[in-house]
Amino acid sequence: MEEKNMITLTIDKHEVTVPAGTMLLDAAKTVGISIPTLCHIDLKGTCVQNMPASCRICVVEIEGRRNLAPACATRVTPGMVVHTNSARVIRARKTVAELILSDHPNDCLTCPKCSDCELQRLVMRFNIRTMPYNNGEQSVRKQELTPAITRNMEKCVYCRRCESVCNNVQSVGVLSAIRRGFNTTIAPTFDKMFSDTNCTYCGQCVAVCPVGALTERDYTDRLMDDLSDPDKVVIAQPAPAVRFALGEEFGMPAGTIVTGKMATALRDLGFDYAFDTDFGADLTIMEEGAEILHRLKKFLAGDKDVKLPIMTSCCPAWVNFYEHEFPDLLEYPSSAKSPAQMFGAIAKTYWAEKMGIPREKIVCVSIMPCLAKKYEAEREEFKVDGNPDVDYSISTRELGRLIKRANIDFVNLPDSEFDSPLGESTGAAAIFGITGGVMEAALRTVYEVYTGKTLPHIDFNDVRGFEGIKEATIDLNGFELKVCVAHTLSNARKVMDALRAGKLNYHVVEVMACPGGCIGGAGQPYHHGNIEILKARAAAVYREDEGKALRKSHENPDIQKLYKEFLGEPMSEKAHHLLHTHYSDKSIK
Amino acid sequence: MKTLNFEDLTKIRKKAQATLNMRELSYAAVSEKSCGLAVGTEHIELLCCGGTGCKASDSAKIVDNLKAAIEANGIADKVEVIVTGCFGFCEKGPIVKVMPDNTFYTQVTPEDAEEIVKEHVIAGRKVERLLYVDPKTSHTVSDAKHMDFYRKQMRIALRNCGFIDPENIEEYIARDGYAALAKALQEQTPEQVIDIIKQSGLRGRGGAGFPTGMKWGFARNYQAEEKYVVCNADEGDPGAFMDRSIMEGDPHSVIEAMAICGYCINANKGLIYIRAEYPLAVHRLKVAIDQAREYGLLGKKVLDSDFDFDIEIRYGAGAFVCGEETALIHSMEGKRGEPTLKPPFPAESGYNGYPTNVNNVETLANVPIILTKGAEWFSSIGTEKSKGTKVFALAGKINNVGLIEVPMGTTLREIIYDIGGGVKNGKEFKAVQTGGPSGGCLTQKHLDTPIDYEHLTAAGSMMGSGGMIVMDEDDCMVSVAKFYLEFTCDESCGKCTPCRIGNKRMLEILTRITEGRGTMADLERLKELGEIIKDTALCGLGQTSPNPVLSTINNFWDEYVEHVQYHKCRAHQCKNLVTYSIDPTKCKGCTACARKCPVSAISGEARNPHIINPDKCIRCGMCISTCRFDAISIS
Repeated sequence: MEEKNMITLTIDKHEVTVPAGTMLLDAAKTVGISIPTLCHIDLKGTCVQNMPASCRICVVEIEGRRNLAPACATRVTPGMVVHTNSARVIRARKTVAELILSDHPNDCLTCPKCSDCELQRLVMRFNIRTMPYNNGEQSVRKQELTPAITRNMEKCVYCRRCESVCNNVQSVGVLSAIRRGFNTTIAPTFDKMFSDTNCTYCGQCVAVCPVGALTERDYTDRLMDDLSDPDKVVIAQPAPAVRFALGEEFGMPAGTIVTGKMATALRDLGFDYAFDTDFGADLTIMEEGAEILHRLKKFLAGDKDVKLPIMTSCCPAWVNFYEHEFPDLLEYPSSAKSPAQMFGAIAKTYWAEKMGIPREKIVCVSIMPCLAKKYEAEREEFKVDGNPDVDYSISTRELGRLIKRANIDFVNLPDSEFDSPLGESTGAAAIFGITGGVMEAALRTVYEVYTGKTLPHIDFNDVRGFEGIKEATIDLNGFELKVCVAHTLSNARKVMDALRAGKLNYHVVEVMACPGGCIGGAGQPYHHGNIEILKARAAAVYREDEGKALRKSHENPDIQKLYKEFLGEPMSEKAHHLLHTHYSDKSIK
Repeated sequence: MKTLNFEDLTKIRKKAQATLNMRELSYAAVSEKSCGLAVGTEHIELLCCGGTGCKASDSAKIVDNLKAAIEANGIADKVEVIVTGCFGFCEKGPIVKVMPDNTFYTQVTPEDAEEIVKEHVIAGRKVERLLYVDPKTSHTVSDAKHMDFYRKQMRIALRNCGFIDPENIEEYIARDGYAALAKALQEQTPEQVIDIIKQSGLRGRGGAGFPTGMKWGFARNYQAEEKYVVCNADEGDPGAFMDRSIMEGDPHSVIEAMAICGYCINANKGLIYIRAEYPLAVHRLKVAIDQAREYGLLGKKVLDSDFDFDIEIRYGAGAFVCGEETALIHSMEGKRGEPTLKPPFPAESGYNGYPTNVNNVETLANVPIILTKGAEWFSSIGTEKSKGTKVFALAGKINNVGLIEVPMGTTLREIIYDIGGGVKNGKEFKAVQTGGPSGGCLTQKHLDTPIDYEHLTAAGSMMGSGGMIVMDEDDCMVSVAKFYLEFTCDESCGKCTPCRIGNKRMLEILTRITEGRGTMADLERLKELGEIIKDTALCGLGQTSPNPVLSTINNFWDEYVEHVQYHKCRAHQCKNLVTYSIDPTKCKGCTACARKCPVSAISGEARNPHIINPDKCIRCGMCISTCRFDAISIS
């Protein structure tokens, strides 16, 4: 039976046997033939996939067929004879690339994607030395600078990866093809600006863009200025997921944990204090955990109005998503701020008071795997008299660029510790950077606080892994706590639609907008469609957790101290004021 | 009306045939003697073309006036006005045909209506001035059968157009309409029907020529809860209007064929994808669908059998690429109308992911008659691999503009010179463009080529949907190629690189050439780029878009070279390559041209020779048409 489903064909004189349904591109890979692609992306195991077969870079010659066929979307058939490098193919591919270049600014030297650009790589690979079709008309396309994303659509090669993720992965549906022919472009309906749409700034369009059409809003120059200003106290707070990916920017293997090197680099860059968002993550668990317990107790006491499930609120793109699309359900998400914002609020109150530094002198910079964080930092509700708790946010990639600019030999840096007191964290905080991690961290604390017992098994394997929607049931002294974990906003939408329809039977739900959670965030080094990179980062997350002496947020001594000295207890009035927020209807009317 | 069963249908047919009998008989034999009521004719029918073309020439008003005149003369009980579909001879429209004497009146105006009624209908005297004049003999011809335009035609797909009232289902039934459906449901298995279609050799008339029976067979083989029959009525080739005419003139043939196809592939739902700018065709289809439902020929239990089938109309916004079947399906799904890679073919995964069979209007119109007359009858017409007939829309510099249907294998010469009446104004034939923007140009040397799928492809063109645009010595072939490429650039969906950017770059090169800025290297680049676009584009539109350029380069190389090397356009169409000048020996200084020139490029004293400033001149030709002394020339 198994043999029946296998297909044998010939690719460049290699005999290949692959399962039926395999695309030529993948079949060729099994014999070491790497066919060039541009529009194609397939982050296997996630729903990130784009194969419109439209760029025509991957064309191959199939004997008996009149035209060249795209390898990315042509299924193998028995006895097929394929040539991936005939003169006809090589010439056609080169011409197609030349055509793309003829409607591209070709300002590679100053492009933010220079050296990380998939088109540039093709140009080198195809040995293109002239641009015979240039000097023609250039299509006119929009540019836009949002708080999170920079759009420079002149560079767009119309691969439509962004459209696929925006629609199929995130179900946000902001991006689609508009106009026809040469003037076709990918844009919001009626060529609106992102800022006039329900864009969540998740940035997954940026994460998959092969060229420099969609990039992050760059704050590195602003940060350079702040770092060199002697009147400012610049503090850094890198997010949990950054340390598992930053090394890739320096050629280190994916999954290398660079926590210590990063702390050193931050100080070398001139940050006055290198703190850690992980501290904020532990704090988040204290507040969100208390809120979970609060709602559960009400529920168990028979309160019919209690809003369950309670939903996590750490992910800023997810917050934007429900504010835009589910304004009727805003009472369900936890009111807890994200770790980065909690950190900012504490740094500019508790720590500022402790150090005797006026709030205005402190520049709190978050370093995030995320682009939506840039927008989050600008939210009015996170400002005190116009001064933001987090001044601005830079991505993992921007930190990488800064380190290079500052002549720091990152790979050979010695390790160092984060500064105290906002640098101490537990393993529970480390796993915030991956889908299921916030849930697992919360469960570790909720279980112990609720039952008064020590957890028998600290790992909650049911909520780990890349499956789109995961479920688990936890026995809390006989009460079955049902939890759900969703990543990507299309999966979140399924959960929200079920909630709206009254068909959702969970007590706690975690949502992260990016595939895989923050390790697959839009601010991380580009994965270029290689799922192995995400897997390696995921493994590193759990390695870091296992290696920690403390793995439960409520055991973090500095957190305990913070409550003792300043906040009182979780959900106290002060905690509520500083660490909780509210949501508003932001639907596009 | 109650749902009909097979017997009811037969009864209706017999009754309707009696009514239509006069038209049938008079079509076969001219009844000169029965001209007018004066000679005792008991019943007269005035068939008036109600197609879009004639309607644009006020044929609706002609119908009103005819009816008013009939009423005024008190002969309404004996004389009937029937609005039909297109007669095809659009050059001479609007057409009014009088039955039973089969008199064919051309270029009728609303003012002529009264005369036709008084003179012809009542007094029995033909209105000579409205008769067709044979250009060869200068004699009038009153019966269409004797006109060269019709003599070599064979109307199968157009069999009912211009003959029946498309808004009267019983006239269709009288012409063996719905007999094929009834027979299939009553006597034949779906496989048997598909076999007949296969044996007939019918191939898709939308352009690519895929065997219809095979297509139906594929769709039948895929099992699914739902399946769809889609009629592709997204006719988009410039100048082509056969599908529109069939839907306007014989909508039931399409409906019947869709139901038969539904029976064969096990689909219960039909969708007609039609462009919204065909309002008359939409109206006629709606009327026909309603009537078919009323007669139990659509809906639950068709003809009281176990087969359910109904049809919905879906509107397209007029994008050319939506004629490509995957793009068409996406458009119907509410998505952007752009093609996706095949396979999967619609037969496997089509509308909303269900198996779908897409056929063009003309293809479908052939189906019922093949089933009533048999596969052998159909396959006896045409050439070895191309069976039956093909409808062509004759346009351009030809005397008889219109819609014609000829057996496959008819030569270009027969079509252009016999049916088409030759090139307008006695000019020299230069080329004929077939296949629309996907096709190419055929020349003198192809005049005796039999027209079928294979020969057209071999000659570097293609069948396409059947547009035929005739060009004469005044047409510049570089400009013609540029026109078609402009069309493709406008209509490209923009999805794949070769079509989106490649065609644009080809157009830029062509523009350079027509402006005298081209180089010989440009010509080589055009050829090279054209071949690569054909080889790499995603859909049929892109894969054929370079054809007009490549075929003109191939057939008119000298003309391209003239543009490039000598900056010369022999047809004087490329404005940047011509100069207007006034011959001082002929110019009388009348100042007429100077007064007409829109950009004041002409100067001179009255009664003295004028001159044209070439820097100001926009080559609009206004001066030439104004000059009474033939003093202005183009060089």
